[in-house]
Amino acid sequence: MPTYVRTDKCDGCQDQKKTVCMHICPHDLMRLDKDGSETGHAKKAYNQEPEQCWECYACVKICPQNAIECRSYADVTPLGGMVQPMRGSDAIVWNIKFRNGNKKRFEFPIRTIAEESIDPYSGTPETIEAELADHSTLFTKGTHSCDFSQFNAS
Amino acid sequence: MSGYSFGKPEVIEEEVDILIIGGGMAACGAAFELQRWNADKALKIKMVDKAAVDRSGAVAQGLSAINTYLGENDPADYVRYVRRDLMGITREDLIYDTGRHVDDSVHQFEKWGLPIWKQEGDEGKSLTEGGKPVRTGRWQIMINGESYKPIVAAAAIKALGMDNIQEHVFIVRLINDKNDAGRVVGAAGFSVRENKIYIYRFKACLLVCGGAVNIFRPRSVGEGTGRAWYPVWNAGSTYAMAAEAGAELTLMENRFVPARFKDGYGPVGAWFLLFKAKSMNAQGEDYQEKNAHMLQEHGYGAYVKGHAMGTCLRNHLMIHELKNGRGPIFIDTVTALANLAKKMTPEEIKHLEAEAWEDFLDMTIGQCGIWAGENIEPDKQMSELMPTEPYLLGSHAGCAGIWCSGPDDLPGTPDHYHWGYNRMTTVRGLFTEGDGCGASGHKFSSGSHAGGRIAAKAMIKYVQDNNDIVPELDCSIDELKQELYRPVATFLKYKDYTTAIDVNPHYITPKMLQFRLQKIMDEYVAGVSTLYQTNATMLRVAERKLGMLKEDSLKLRAKDLHELLRAWENYHRILTAEAHMKHIQFREETRYPGYYYRADFLDLDDENWKCFVNSTYDRHTGEWSCKKVPWVELIKEAD
Ligand SMILES: Cc1cc2nc3c(=O)[nH]c(=O)nc-3n(C[C@H](O)[C@H](O)[C@H](O)COP(=O)(O)OP(=O)(O)OC[C@H]3O[C@@H](n4cnc5c(N)ncnc54)[C@H](O)[C@@H]3O)c2cc1C
Ligand code: SF4
Ligand code: SF4
Repeated sequence: MPTYVRTDKCDGCQDQKKTVCMHICPHDLMRLDKDGSETGHAKKAYNQEPEQCWECYACVKICPQNAIECRSYADVTPLGGMVQPMRGSDAIVWNIKFRNGNKKRFEFPIRTIAEESIDPYSGTPETIEAELADHSTLFTKGTHSCDFSQFNAS
Repeated sequence: MSGYSFGKPEVIEEEVDILIIGGGMAACGAAFELQRWNADKALKIKMVDKAAVDRSGAVAQGLSAINTYLGENDPADYVRYVRRDLMGITREDLIYDTGRHVDDSVHQFEKWGLPIWKQEGDEGKSLTEGGKPVRTGRWQIMINGESYKPIVAAAAIKALGMDNIQEHVFIVRLINDKNDAGRVVGAAGFSVRENKIYIYRFKACLLVCGGAVNIFRPRSVGEGTGRAWYPVWNAGSTYAMAAEAGAELTLMENRFVPARFKDGYGPVGAWFLLFKAKSMNAQGEDYQEKNAHMLQEHGYGAYVKGHAMGTCLRNHLMIHELKNGRGPIFIDTVTALANLAKKMTPEEIKHLEAEAWEDFLDMTIGQCGIWAGENIEPDKQMSELMPTEPYLLGSHAGCAGIWCSGPDDLPGTPDHYHWGYNRMTTVRGLFTEGDGCGASGHKFSSGSHAGGRIAAKAMIKYVQDNNDIVPELDCSIDELKQELYRPVATFLKYKDYTTAIDVNPHYITPKMLQFRLQKIMDEYVAGVSTLYQTNATMLRVAERKLGMLKEDSLKLRAKDLHELLRAWENYHRILTAEAHMKHIQFREETRYPGYYYRADFLDLDDENWKCFVNSTYDRHTGEWSCKKVPWVELIKEAD
């Protein structure tokens, strides 16, 4: 299911140095055609290697213009289906259209606190130097209880 | 394409105390633990990822479950379960270590905002407050995991600071110490965005670049090539770089062949365990029941207990049907949902339907694309299942990886299990976890995170104890520059020899090299085209062909930075594939029926092969050597 970029929606991230889709794709697939020499569409992004797309939707979810969609791979899937998300700050909405026109819509939570308020060390203990070589604990001291009688050598 | 003007890269050199290579679950766990022990910021710590940490690695899409959460279980039972699943041979010390620490990572995730499903009545109650999770099995819990990776990444980024994270740099190789060949002190890579090479010097490094995909020909080879089960961007960098640096690998013969929804590779866990779906052959028979007697043959049932059996053995029962013309295999989603709906209100049925879809939308969206395109609604039409092409990994239901030192505080661990710092490889200064740490599968996302933390602590200790190390690279910057940009130089030198840019006798494109690798592996090293079978003669052919492929890798071309990335990914794939082939060749038995068969040694042979197979690679001669390493049982067999 490779992604494609809609010419009517992509604005090249307003000519910023870092286009968001290029930044996020884990497989380096999205590319900005600066002058139109690669696609005929200047200042718009495209998927430069569609057959390597994992359809992970990272670019689809992040594009500020909702310009990226997926068309399920042509060598596998009949045409006409569509799976398109709208990701907000605490939930994601999925719109699914079947080949026969049927539709479904789902909404799921994605996080319980705002991203900005993630504070990795709040409420966690300080480290204790003497415990650095102690394999039985990490700094948070949340080790599971262990029944050592289960060992052959105990 | 920058007008092919990228022949001469700028070199950026940087010296740090600890380098984290990769930005996935293990890397993020390490960052979290490291910076707490480094609260005074005395140590310089850097993370480098080929992609953007927010969505890099296997969890990029999200996940619908956390597969390792012990809760009410004892770590010893976790060891028993992993041991059974991986056909007896595992490093019980490493698995136990993961088991005792993994829940803490899950508790942190929940604190950072990951929604974890709770049983009725416990909604809103966190795990640490005693909230009971919804389990799909003894070890798995369900989550709303679309943002799993961004959440875990945010904590790591906040811990390290964005200044200490370098994204979009692909690490090509490690560099050994000039005065001590058994130690690593450097790493070299290049930017996939700018004409720059990065050389890092360090005291210790955590190599966590995930497992390997696309070394075997995938089932879809057109536009659908990208839809492997395993994320197409993890190219075996962990194994290849470790091997080249001299680290011992273990159980590289092991692979993972998941049985998944056909073509989209959607997960089956929730369908089997939560929705209680059954699978059947073309004739509607329950082939698992029907073929159960097959586990008596060739000793394959040695580790089966009741219905509990290794993941490979479930494949074994399924592949038998495919071999004998009784495919396709169906998963009866219709009956499963109808049965569940019997006792439900319309409102609850709607909720159930959403849960079924979310399972895919959270982690394998492509499967929904196939359902939509084929007009499949799971409550009205069954889907097909299919075993995929093989992958190499060390944190899912597979255990390929690097041989690591374990903790020294667990009763009965033999000396050959701990020679150094926890999670350190046989090369000083080189640590690994997640998919990199061998003989200890079933860590999954949570265990990989916890493992990164375990390694992190040990690395701090290593750096404190070895503070006098002055990293001196065993090769010059110029040599590295030439090596890394060789595909570029090759392209610039020969590009005008022919009119067609991709067909040229002087070079090979990364894409064609990958096809060749996949053809060799598929046809001779037990890929899907032989239904996972191989033998000594096939392996000898593969050996010869892989040798020539490795020679030809020197002629890889790169016409832009994107192709340079593909060139080096595929070089890592070749080494990983070669290790896999060598290990399968060495182990003269069928240890993992359903993952692969040595047709010339079909028995599971505990008498001769209940041991690890470890290998080392000599980067100067290009030769591998394999040996047996004794396995030790640490945890009693239950009851
Ligand atoms: C399809 C699939 C489904 C899964 N489902 C579940 C599930 O439901 N529940 C669960 O708990 N677990 C699940 N897992 C397992 C889990 O995702 C892994 O165990 C975990 O991600 C492993 O962590 P890691 O850090 O080793 O690798 P990853 O998280 O994959 O990270 C690898 C990192 O290395 C980087 N990298 C790769 N090569 C290089 C290089 N050469 N230079 C620099 N950086 C590089 C990548 O960009 C990435 O950041 C699933 C895995 C897969 C593949
Ligand atoms: S597709 Fe979206 S993210 Fe990419 S450049 Fe265009 S607007 Fe920006
Ligand atoms: S869907 Fe994923 S793999 Fe495909 S282009 Fe977008 S980010 Fe890249």
